[in-house]
Parts: sequence; C-alpha cells; structure tokens
Amino acid sequence: MTNEELIIAQDLSKDYPIGGDFFRALDGINLSVKQGEFSGIIGPSGSGKTTLLNIIGALDTPSDGSVNVLGNKVENMTHTESANLRNNFLGFIFQTYNLLPVYNVYENVEFPLLLQKIEKLQREEMVMQALEWVGLTNKAKSRPSQLSGGESQRVAIARAMVKKPKIVLADEPTANLDADNSHHILKTMVKLNEELNTTFLFSTHDEKVISYLKRKIMLNDGKLVDDILVN
Amino acid sequence: MINFLFRGLIRDKQRSLFPIIIVAAGVMMTTWLFSWMLGVFNEIIEGGARFDTGHVKVTTRAYNEIASQMPNDLCLTEVHTLLNELDKDYPGYDWTPRIKFAGLADVPDENGETRAQAPVMGFAVDLLSDHSIEDERLQISKSIVRGSFPNSAGEIVISDELAQKLEVGIGETITLISVSANGGMAIHNFTLSGTVTFGMGALDRGAMIADISDIQYALDMENATGEILGFKKNLVFDQEQAVSIKEEFNKKMSNTEDEYSPYMITLLDQNGLGEYLVFAQAAGFLIVGIFVFAMSIVLWNTGLMSGIRRYGEVGIRLAMGETKSHIYKTMLVEAFLIGLMGSFIGTVIGVAGGYYFQEYGMDISGAFKNSTMMVNDVVRAQVTFTSYYIGFIPGVLAMLFGTAISGIGIFRRQTATLFKELEV
Ligand SMILES: Nc1ncnc2c1ncn2[C@@H]1O[C@H](COP(=O)(O)OP(=O)(O)OP(=O)(O)O)[C@@H](O)[C@H]1O
Ligand SMILES: [Mg+2]
Repeated sequence: MTNEELIIAQDLSKDYPIGGDFFRALDGINLSVKQGEFSGIIGPSGSGKTTLLNIIGALDTPSDGSVNVLGNKVENMTHTESANLRNNFLGFIFQTYNLLPVYNVYENVEFPLLLQKIEKLQREEMVMQALEWVGLTNKAKSRPSQLSGGESQRVAIARAMVKKPKIVLADEPTANLDADNSHHILKTMVKLNEELNTTFLFSTHDEKVISYLKRKIMLNDGKLVDDILVN
Repeated sequence: MINFLFRGLIRDKQRSLFPIIIVAAGVMMTTWLFSWMLGVFNEIIEGGARFDTGHVKVTTRAYNEIASQMPNDLCLTEVHTLLNELDKDYPGYDWTPRIKFAGLADVPDENGETRAQAPVMGFAVDLLSDHSIEDERLQISKSIVRGSFPNSAGEIVISDELAQKLEVGIGETITLISVSANGGMAIHNFTLSGTVTFGMGALDRGAMIADISDIQYALDMENATGEILGFKKNLVFDQEQAVSIKEEFNKKMSNTEDEYSPYMITLLDQNGLGEYLVFAQAAGFLIVGIFVFAMSIVLWNTGLMSGIRRYGEVGIRLAMGETKSHIYKTMLVEAFLIGLMGSFIGTVIGVAGGYYFQEYGMDISGAFKNSTMMVNDVVRAQVTFTSYYIGFIPGVLAMLFGTAISGIGIFRRQTATLFKELEV
C-alpha cells in the first residue's frame, strides 16, 4: 500500500444561496485521503456528507478553499475535464441504485466502458469479471426491475468498479438495504479494496457500514470534528 | 455507443413509440389536410373549367383577344386535323370542341308565328358521339328537371327557368335565331328534349345546350369551332403541366403574324382564376401553417416531457463521466431519428390516403342532396410534390426543436443539482 495522497482538501467551504442569504454547508474542511483507504464520512443528516462527496467527485465546486483530486484542482476544472476525471478514475455508488432501467445488468455495467471507447471483446471480459466480483454473472440478462434491492446495489458496485477506478465514492450505499444485504455488499467492497487496492470513501450514518471502516471522518454542521483511524 | 443508445431508445416505448405515434399522426393530418385543401380548391376551379375555361383552351389568336364577345367569325378551322394532332401530342388530355354562341330562342305557335321569345346563351357541345364524356363532365343528365338528355340530332336541352319563361314543353319546337360565322343570319329549328337546372345563376337564366354538329351546321361552321377545350384525364388540374403544354403548343403551332393561327391558354389566363388560385393557395398554406404550428407545440411539449423525465438518467450519465454536450448531442440524434421515423410513417399514410381519395374521391352527394351549389358529388384530394414534405419537414424539425430547447435545461442546471435529483 502506497502512501500517495489521492484527495487533498484545504480550507474547503461550500455556501448554498438561500433567498438573499447563504447557508454554509461545509466550513473550513481540511482532509487528505491516501490510496487504498477504506474510510467514511460520518455525521447526522444535513451535516454536509453528500456535499463533500459531490465536490470530491467534481460534480460540484467549492465556494472557498481548494480540493485536489488525483492532481486536479476541482475548483479550476472545466466541465469536460471533470467529466474525463470521473470517466477515467472515479466510481460512484448511490443510495438509490440508479441503474438505467431500459438496460439489462450487463449493459448497465458496460456503459462506463463504452464511454471509454474500449473494444467489444475487452469490454465483455471486463464486464463479466466485474459481475463475478459481485456474484451476479447469472443475472447478466436481467433488467433492473427484476432484481432485489441488494442485487441492484451489487450491480451498481460492479458498474462503479468495472473500469477499476482509483477512487470509489459511495453515498450511503446501504441505506435501502436490510442487514444481510448490507453485510454482503460491504464484504464485497472490502474484498475489492484489498484485491485491487481501490480507495473507498463512504458517506454514512449506518452502524453496519461504520463497523467496516478503517477510518472515520466525523462531520457535524459542515465542520470536521473528528478523524479516527481504526487498526 | 450509438448502437447502445439506439437499443435503449427502442426499448423505452415512452421515448420512442409514443413520440413516433404523435409525430406520425401530426404529419399524417398535415399531409392529408393539405391534399384535401388542394382538392377542394380544385373542385372550385373545376366548376368553371367544365363549363367555360377547360384546363387548357385552344382558340385562334384573334378569338382569344375578344373571347367574351363569342366571335365565331374568328373560329378555328380544320378542327378534325387539329383535334387529331392534340390527341396524339397530349394523350394525357381529353380534347373536345365547343362553340359558344348568343341568340334568340323563338317559340312558334301552330301558325308559325312567334309565341314567346328570349335571349339565350348557347353552348354547342359534343353530346352525341360515342366517346364523348361531355355529359358526365357537364352533368347534364344529372341536372335534368323535365324530359331527357338529347339522343338524336336536332334535340336540345335548355334551362328550366328559360323553359318556364317561354312556356315551352318537352317535344315542342324552339327556333334559334343567331348570327352565322359568315356574319349572316342563322335560323335553325330544334326540338326540346329536356330542361336542366345547374345551380349556377348565369346558366340557369338562359342556357341552351345543343349538339355541336347541329350548331356547326346552323352557324355555317363545318369542321370549325370557336374553342377546343383540353381536360386532364384524371380531372385534376395540374398547373405546371398545363403551363408547359401551353408553351410547347404555342411555340410549335402558333404564329404571331397569323391571327387565325391556333393559340393555347390555361384556365389561369381566364376569368381571374390565376389570381384566385394564388389567393386560395395562400389561404391553404395559412391553414396548414396553423396546423403545423399546433403540431410543433405538441411535439415540443413531448420533447420537454421526456427531457424532464430523463433528468435522472442524465445525472447517472454525468456521474459516469459523460460530458453534458455529448449527452445533449445524443438526445438530439434520438429526436432526429424519432422525428424521421414518425414523419416517414405519417407521410406514407397521409400520401397513400391522399392518393386513394385522389383516385376514388369521396362521395358527398348525400351532404349536398338539396343544395344548388356547383359542387361535384365526388370530392377528390390532390397529391402533389408538396404533399411529400409539407408534413415531413415540420415533423422532423418540431421534434428536434422541442428536444433542443428542453435539453438546454441540462446545461442550465448545475451538475450537482441534476445529480441530487437522483437521490429523491
Ligand atoms: N442545493 C442546495 N441548496 C441549498 N441548501 C442545500 C443544497 N444542498 C444541500 N443543502 C443543505 O446543505 C446541508 C448539507 O446537505 P447534504 O446533502 O450534504 O447533507 P448530508 O449530510 O448528506 O445529509 P443526509 O445524511 O440527510 O444525506 C443541508 O442542510 C442541506 O439542507
Ligand atoms: Mg446525503
């Protein structure tokens, strides 16, 4: 495991305009995440977890301060640059699984590879491998509507992992799952973290998730209040 | 990638089938409406064409100058030869001679003295040859009030109103007093075989319809005629074709030096019909334009709806690392494909329907049973080149514009906002 810092946030603040005023959702965050970490941002609802993940994922921009992701300054990136960053190096997992309903499991996982213009044969290999990681090779032809919640989230993980991104950002991935399914997908992610050295950054207040984390970044009212390493 | 998106498009019926049906329906209606309007305009000019102007008309140059005076002294001669030539050169048209004449109808009593007299407007028409379709064209048989259609030489029909004024009955003699082509007095006896009402004021006041051979004899016009009318065989006036035939014929046959040489005109050159047609077409385009506009709004709305419905999908694709402009482009391509498909289907159905009703027409005689309007029992649509794109182009464009405008929402919205909508 290298010690390379993949994510560095410095004095990061985010203001949302409300009426004529501003609401400070993130307030002076300093944070760095190294390659291979399995960490989570933990905090009550409204504490700014999603906002922080979105900025790290270059889906949103900071109001103040600076965020460096894989050597790119999020606040200075053009839309195309941030799209390329997401395309090549980031994987997203959402609370709701957000699969494309008209495509089957195989096609949903295939989509990020199409964006990368990868050859058909290689795509097939990569998709089948990703489905193997999450144990869903037998559901390749199923439509999202034919899957259980746990299976859907596993497809979403396969979709995030298929291009072997450097960082996976997972926003409350277990919120809609029962305990069994939650443990199942968390174990899958731990396995991928260990096998591929992929960096995972969660946002969560789910105790089950928290129990798997190796680092707990505590957020409250937009401020980083604690940062605990588990060994 | 295109394959992939296309697969999605086909599977998502709300995004493909539904808009295609809407586009097809709108395009079909527009195409149809347009073909019908053309057909109806046609119907209106056809009335005049059948009795008076023809689709094209041949007279001498001199006759044409003062045609309203019915100058039969300036008639066409060698008519058989001319008719043969016209039949040969323009087989798509039906050529028929007509003589218009003015005169007095005189009804004698048993002593041969005048019992009643009235001016008549005369039409000499080929009533009796086997191949003639003049009866059908002028709808004489259908307009008979009393008596019957002439079936032998010397028989005529006159307007029922005139017959009442003259107090003349079927089978009685009517003497025509007119001027011969040589300028002498012409007197000829006819037998009244029937009376007609056409529902056209001018005709119903004092029309007399006689067989052309009788009038040629009576007016000293052997193998001569005032006019030769040409009708396109499918009965639908074709402006471009008529104009080109006219030009070709005049170049070949007409001599500016010789005022007795034949000269062809189209119906547009007569009675201000050209201006009428321009006006009618403008009105038609306006109506179709309004229809197209309404269709565009519906389609635009369809585009908007599906655009909004897809914010979630857009969010996912953005998160996967697709650029906004790529998403926007793919949406436009999809809209174009849908517009193309819908417009194609709509145009095919619309034009096919148009052709069907151009060939077979629609019998509306029921609706006009008691009407005196000069409307044909069968109304026909008319398909022209314009019918092929009048609906097609707006169909494609409306879908494209609708999507283009609704898609701008993707750019306007913050990436994070689109993305947040995923969480709901
Ligand atoms: N677009 C926005 N405009 C205004 N305020 C916003 C916007 N997005 C988030 N906020 C506010 O910022 C704060 C942080 O929101 P965020 O979604 O990051 O919270 P969170 O920690 O993810 O909460 P949860 O656990 O409920 O998902 C909240 O108080 C929220 O109301
Ligand atoms: Mg959140």
